[in-house]
Amino acid sequence: MAMDYSEKVMEHFAHPHNVGVIEDADGVGEVGNAKCGDIMKMYLKIKDGIIEDVKFQTFGCASAIATSSMATDLIKGKPVEDALKLTNQAVVEALDGLPAVKVHCSVLAEQAIKAALADYYKRQGIENDISKCADCENGCCGHDHGAEEA
Amino acid sequence: MFVYADNAATTALSETALAAMTAALRDTYGNPSSLHRKGQEASDALRHARETMAHYLGAQPSEIYFTGCGTEADNWAIRYGAKAGAAKGKRHLISTPIEHHAVLHTLQALEKEGFEVTYLPVYDNGVVRLEDLEKAIRPDTALVTVMYANNEIGSIQPIPEIGALCHEKGVLFHTDAVQAAGHLPIDVQAQHIDMLSLSGHKFHGPKGVGLLYCRKGIPIKPFIEGGAQERGKRAGTEALPSIIGMAAAFRESCEHMEENRRKVSALRDKLIAGLSRIPYSRLTGDPVNRLPGMVSFCFEGIEGESLLLRLDMAGICASSGSACTSGSLDPSHVLLAIGLPHEIAHGSLRLSLCEYNTEEQVDYILEQVPQVVRTLREMSPVWAHMMENRENPYKD
Ligand SMILES: Cc1ncc(COP(=O)(O)O)c(C=O)c1O
Repeated sequence: MAMDYSEKVMEHFAHPHNVGVIEDADGVGEVGNAKCGDIMKMYLKIKDGIIEDVKFQTFGCASAIATSSMATDLIKGKPVEDALKLTNQAVVEALDGLPAVKVHCSVLAEQAIKAALADYYKRQGIENDISKCADCENGCCGHDHGAEEA
Repeated sequence: MFVYADNAATTALSETALAAMTAALRDTYGNPSSLHRKGQEASDALRHARETMAHYLGAQPSEIYFTGCGTEADNWAIRYGAKAGAAKGKRHLISTPIEHHAVLHTLQALEKEGFEVTYLPVYDNGVVRLEDLEKAIRPDTALVTVMYANNEIGSIQPIPEIGALCHEKGVLFHTDAVQAAGHLPIDVQAQHIDMLSLSGHKFHGPKGVGLLYCRKGIPIKPFIEGGAQERGKRAGTEALPSIIGMAAAFRESCEHMEENRRKVSALRDKLIAGLSRIPYSRLTGDPVNRLPGMVSFCFEGIEGESLLLRLDMAGICASSGSACTSGSLDPSHVLLAIGLPHEIAHGSLRLSLCEYNTEEQVDYILEQVPQVVRTLREMSPVWAHMMENRENPYKD
C-alpha cells in the first residue's frame, strides 16, 4: 500500500498540518460517511475575506489525512474567492499524485472546504450557490466527480 | 525495532527449508518423469516429500496431490465436488460467509452456473454451529466446504464434528486448512476429512506451492490437463525445489508444533491482554478457539489503513481488513459476517505472530499501538462525536 503513495503524501500523512478544531470558527463543514471509511471536517476562521486560520479533523486512510492536510495548506491565508476555486485536481497535483482508487479522498477534501465556506456564507446571511455533492454530504463518496475525472 | 507480525499473510522461509531448497535447486534438477539417474534422483526426492506431507496429515502418500498454491487446491476440490454432485443431480453446496476468496469466489462462480449455496451463520465469534449444518444438509447436497481456521480473526471451526456429521449424511467434506496446517494438529482420518487444501508459505515454507489431500476412493478428476504427473491428476512438471522446501518446513513445524503453540499463544495472550486495555477496542473472533498467533482487534473512531501505515513507520508489519486496504468500498467480508457495523470494521488491525517473534517485540507493539491509536483518534471527527457525551479517556 505504502508503495503506491508519493513521498509528499507520506510526509503529510506522517506529519499532517493544521490538525485540530477552531472553537470560534466562522464556518464549519463536514462531509463523508463513517460507513464508507472517510469523514472530513473543516473549520475556517475568516477575517476581511481572508482565511486567517483553518483546521481539520479526518477519519480515514492515509490519503484522506494527507489530502486534508494539503488542502488546508493551499487555502490558508488566501482570499475566500480563491478557496472556492480550489479543485481536487490541484490537491492531487500538490501531493505529486494519488493512486486512482484514492482520488475520491481529494474530492472529499474539496467538498469539505466548500461545505465550510457555504456554512460561512450562510452565517453571514449571504446568498451562495456553492455546488454541493449530495453523495459527499450524505452517502458514500467512492466516486470521482464527472468533471474532474481524468 | 523491526517486527514482522503479518504471518497470516505469509511467513519467512525457515533456515531448514532454505537449505533443503538450495540443495534441490542446485543438485536435484532432474525431471521426476525421466528414466535416467537424474530423473530417478528427483523422483525419489518427490516421493520422499510426498511421504512427509502424508505422514503429518495422517494420510497415505497416494492421497497427496501437489499443486501450485492453496488457491488452486481450493478451486480444484470445490469444482470437483460440485461437478461430481451435479452428475448425480445434486446441485447444493454448503459453506460459510467467512471463507477465503479462493473458496468464496469459486462458490460465487458456481452459483452463476446454477448451483445453490447455503452460507452457514458464524455468529459473533466466527464459528459455525453443528445444528445449523445439520439443518442445512439436504438430499441434494453435493459438498460441504468449511475452512479449518480463519485468516482474519483466527476462529477455529469444529472440524472433526463437521466431518463426522458429513460422513453420517453421506456428504463430501472439504476443508481449507491453509491457516491451520503446521500450527494445529491435523489427522484426516480421525477428523473425517475427505479433501483438504494447504499452502507452503504459511508455515515457513516457500510461496507458490500447496497440496490437495483427496481421500482414497474419491475419483477426483484433473483440474489442469496435460502430462501424467501426480498420477495423471495434476499435470505440469513438478516444482520440486518448492515441494521439497514445503515438506522440510512442514516436518519442522509439525515436529515442534506443541512447543511453538505454547510459545506463540503466550505471546498472543500477552498482546491481546495489553491491547484490550485500549479504550473502545474489541477483540474479534473467538476468544478461546483461535489460531495460536492470531491477534485481531477493532479500534473505534479510526481507520485501519492509517493505523497500518503509521505502524509500518514504527517498524511494525501488520494488516487490516478496512475498505481502504482491500481496495474496495466495503471492509472485510469476514468482519461484516460476524456482525460488526461498517464503521467499526474499518478500524480493524490484525497482528499475526509466529515462533520467530519475541517477547521484546510484543512489548514494543504494546508500546506503539496505543500511541498510534490515540494520535489517530485525536484527529478523528468520528472519535470527537463519540466523546461528545462520554468521558474522554485521553483527557488528562
Ligand atoms: C484461508 C486461506 N485460504 C487460501 C489461501 C490462499 O493460499 P495461496 O496463497 O497459497 O494461494 C490463503 C492465503 O493466502 C488463506 O489464508
